[in-house]
Amino acid sequence: MSDIQLWTLVFVLITFSLYIFIAYRSRVSTTSGFYVAGGGIPAPANGAAIAADWMSAASFISMAGIIAFAGNGYGGSVYLMGWTGGYVLLALLLAPYLRKFGKYTIPDFVGDRYNETARLVAVVAAIVVSFVYVAGQMAGVGLVFTRFLKVDPTTGVIIGMAIVFFYAVLGGMKGITWTQVAQYTVLIIAYLIPAVAVSAKVTDVPIPQIGFGTILAELDALQTELGIPEYTAAFGSTNMLNMLLITASLMFGTAGLPHVIVRFYTAKSVRAARYSALWALFFIALLYTTAPSVAAFSKLQIIEDVNGTALSDMPSWFNTWSEVGLITQADGSAISALPSDATVGYGDILINNDIIVLASPEIGGLPAPIVGLVAAGALAAALSTASGLLLVISSAVANDVYFKKINPQATEARQLMVGRIAMAGAIVVAGYLGINPPGFVAQVVALAFGLAAASFFPILVLGIFWKNCTAMGATAGMLAGLVTTMAYMLWTIDIYGNGEGVFGILETGFGTIGMLINFAVTIIVSQFTPKPSPQMQELVEEIRYPGRTELVAKHAQGDVH
Amino acid sequence: MDEHQRRDYWRRNLRLMAVLLVIWALVSFGAGILFVEPLNEIEVAGFPLGFWFAQQGSIITFVVLIAVYVVRMDKLDAEFGIDEYEEEVHHS
Repeated sequence: MSDIQLWTLVFVLITFSLYIFIAYRSRVSTTSGFYVAGGGIPAPANGAAIAADWMSAASFISMAGIIAFAGNGYGGSVYLMGWTGGYVLLALLLAPYLRKFGKYTIPDFVGDRYNETARLVAVVAAIVVSFVYVAGQMAGVGLVFTRFLKVDPTTGVIIGMAIVFFYAVLGGMKGITWTQVAQYTVLIIAYLIPAVAVSAKVTDVPIPQIGFGTILAELDALQTELGIPEYTAAFGSTNMLNMLLITASLMFGTAGLPHVIVRFYTAKSVRAARYSALWALFFIALLYTTAPSVAAFSKLQIIEDVNGTALSDMPSWFNTWSEVGLITQADGSAISALPSDATVGYGDILINNDIIVLASPEIGGLPAPIVGLVAAGALAAALSTASGLLLVISSAVANDVYFKKINPQATEARQLMVGRIAMAGAIVVAGYLGINPPGFVAQVVALAFGLAAASFFPILVLGIFWKNCTAMGATAGMLAGLVTTMAYMLWTIDIYGNGEGVFGILETGFGTIGMLINFAVTIIVSQFTPKPSPQMQELVEEIRYPGRTELVAKHAQGDVH
Repeated sequence: MDEHQRRDYWRRNLRLMAVLLVIWALVSFGAGILFVEPLNEIEVAGFPLGFWFAQQGSIITFVVLIAVYVVRMDKLDAEFGIDEYEEEVHHS
């Protein structure tokens, strides 16, 4: 066993035991504990949990690589702005009001504020979005286990499933939340240590956010030499229209994702919900401002190490990652097909986005324990997001379908049991999808944001801020947004047709257009359909003011329709 | 709160939101995308300024915006005597 494997094993064992210990300490026995941790999580802890929930395998493993390699460098800014800017919308437009409304799930809000048809559409959308996402997380777990511990991906996914099963089924939202706090701590330490070390080594500035400024000119020059647009050049890989649309789609999608919104229900009060959003974005920003620096340092190092180097002289990270097929020739064929004395140029090889962060300690020449720590961090990121998504699925099934539709007389113990069974079932399905990922998962994850923006965001905001928004308006708007966005995506996406689209709008940016369509349809249809009941209008008015009110209390008992 | 106070509270909340959202759009869509090219002519600590806004400045501003929001809302709540947070009802 190599040093790297040994250290990875040590860190994985330590962190996994920690998660199991926390889960055992926070077992629950009520539905409120299972769905929303009893609404009693302090704001900083809730913020850390939201951050861990939010930052998935994609943020931790892939994002820096996407910034460095998918475009010229500036092009990746859509993810940085999009996935953080959405929190401003959440904090100002949704979190405090949804918390005041006080329910368990997004379909709950949609069903209570509008009607049962709208609830059903919301349930289906929430489940689809969450499954798509969770498959990606499980695949990420498999990747880490394969590379660092040399077990096959299936075993890796099964180990991951077992851990999540233990703490999610036992502790529900309470177990998940406290475990996520621990997972955030692990993942942020694992991300920051190598970034700080590399920045200090290359530039003498130990703050990566500042340090990478000093290498940008060099990077720009190198890319020009290689015939790629400069690293910092505006619109080097994506034009202005698409930069705007994709950023907006990611922002509004973030504010419409069920597994994020549900976290504000776990806050103690409206005030705590506001503070949770602040803590969450602060914790997320620590990683998101570091990612572009990891991207820049890695790209510089990689170009310098690889470009014009003979294969026999390649650094060891190049060989380990080309063995697992994540570094290939530009046409996708294996590096080993080349003669060992061949000299490769940067343009001759293809480096998978996913390895930048995982390989960054090796590329930067850092010692084995740090490599092991990064592996544990990647697992923390994947598992924390997976558990949050699984909770959305199980609460949608147990609360919105079973309790609200099938058996409203169910006792609390029975609801809890259905919740746990749904959770177990969801874990098995997620594991299966992780082991046998459908070919289009990667594309669909990016598209999920567009779908969330086009379906949920407008009707949530209008439901809160516009008393006269009607049930039929919202249902029509949601369907119009969802259908146009899906149709455009199917029309343009590579696997279905390769259409050029309209005005060259990329499918990842179309969610913004779908959202505008949703807003327009909801508003227009609301003008011509019966207004919400006076009591509902009063309730919508009530949630504008924090503090205890009679009507919201009555609503919580189920007496307002 | 009587009817008049409620309207006042809500109007001030909306005004704060509007100001913060304008800044939100200016730093991201504005400085990070629409005006990125002229801003890139200016260089600070090695960063072309537009590029810096797109990858660092906008994110930092977002955190500050939410911080301003929570503090101002706390003040607004206090002014209108809202302090029963901990007794808010939860769920059916």
